Amino acid sequence: MNLRILLVTVGRILRQLRHDRRTITLLLVVPTALLTLVYYMYVDQPTPPGQPSTFDQVALVMLGFFPFTVMFLVTSIAMLRERTSGTLERLLTTPLAKADLLFGYGIAFGLAGAVQAGVASAVAYWVFGLETAGSSGLVIMIAALNAVLAVALGLLCSAFARTEFQAVQFMPVVVAPQLLLCGLFVPRDQMAGWLQAISDALPLTYAVEALQEVGAHVEPTATMWRDVAIVAGAAVLALLLAAATLRRRSS
Amino acid sequence: MEETIAVRGLVVDRGGRRVLHGIDAGVPRGSVTGLLGPSGSGKTTLMRAIVGVQVITAGTVTVLGAPAGSAQLRHRVGYLTQAPSVYADLTVRENVRYFAALQGRGRAEADQAVRDVGLASAAGQLVATLSGGQRSRASLACALVGEPELIVLDEPTVGQDPVLRADLWAQFHALAATGTTLLVSSHVMDEAARCDRLLLIREGRLIADDTPAAIRAAAGVDDLDEAFLRLIRAGEAGGGGPDGGGGGA
Repeated sequence: MNLRILLVTVGRILRQLRHDRRTITLLLVVPTALLTLVYYMYVDQPTPPGQPSTFDQVALVMLGFFPFTVMFLVTSIAMLRERTSGTLERLLTTPLAKADLLFGYGIAFGLAGAVQAGVASAVAYWVFGLETAGSSGLVIMIAALNAVLAVALGLLCSAFARTEFQAVQFMPVVVAPQLLLCGLFVPRDQMAGWLQAISDALPLTYAVEALQEVGAHVEPTATMWRDVAIVAGAAVLALLLAAATLRRRSS
Repeated sequence: MEETIAVRGLVVDRGGRRVLHGIDAGVPRGSVTGLLGPSGSGKTTLMRAIVGVQVITAGTVTVLGAPAGSAQLRHRVGYLTQAPSVYADLTVRENVRYFAALQGRGRAEADQAVRDVGLASAAGQLVATLSGGQRSRASLACALVGEPELIVLDEPTVGQDPVLRADLWAQFHALAATGTTLLVSSHVMDEAARCDRLLLIREGRLIADDTPAAIRAAAGVDDLDEAFLRLIRAGEAGGGGPDGGGGGA
């Protein structure tokens, strides 16, 4: 890897995003619109005494979930475009290392995910009165980490997609099971053993647990830091696997 | 003469079909070599093997003294793919500056490359809004930037205005005069005459490797198109050439 090449690649990806104003608007507005929906869904639901409101529980998980879903899709499409436009083939004849490209995407879309999480969090806290025991900075940090994880998984999955149709199909495959089994709908300790085992193997489970730790504790807990480390480790692992599946030579 | 590219016994299979059947060819340093042949003859596959992005079945490809595709060649070889491979959602300038930066070159060199391909007035335009010819020139600028020692161009002049085409060929020769080696593919015979040397490829086999003058002399005609036709006919008469027409180069 080469730091200068990595940085110019991050700059190039962000510049591409900057030229696409509509995508930027969608990235920033859609989470807020969906949070608004969730707020009004739960606004009249009674809250059991001593527990966080349902909105607080759902919104907290959603803040981590937006960047994950959106960045997974954006990355899958971006990487597929690199392949189909021939830019990837050209890049692979230049001094750019495979890791420069993959980590470049990780950093650029990770930043975009952080901005998205920042805007959505600001709305959740200030407009809808989200309350968390821990700091909002930690919520944004975990959400941004989710974006990086999603980019890494998107890069890895894009190696197995030959067409746009296939790339889009990976979204439900990768995202839906992680959402269903992360503990938001059914607490993990109430799931059947085999479902828990699957849930244990899915990185988003740990991201959601980390967010719930921030929701319930004033100070960052050891569990939260462990979960953050697991999510970061999963992201790095996926990036390395993506680098291993990217071949300079093709047939 | 010193060889920039040495291809020995190159065999390539793609999608279960043999695309190149044992190619032997050399490209001398500081020359403009034309790679001529009809569509589907294996020109792009041979170029991909030379820049090191093609999986090869047998044979060797040596570029600037090193195996094709080795890490030390990545800042010494410029490659233009047949379809313009630039980012449609960046401006011309942003594209060329990015590829310049990958080669460790600055903005001034990138802007010069944009001028060299005649896109100075469109430098700030998004590639998506360019015409096909402009788009392929934007892609060409990205291949020329960084003073590569070998420039491999897959059909660089398709769809270009005749005046611009003449300008580009003049530039190719100016680059060759400074010691740069160019391998330029084309399926248009009138471009063959502009090359120092010619490689004619048909159905994955090399049927000529010489200067335009020598090829004309060997075939006994002045017209290169006619000369190639005679070479093909002579090859087929000489021993069970593959079937099928489509040889109109």
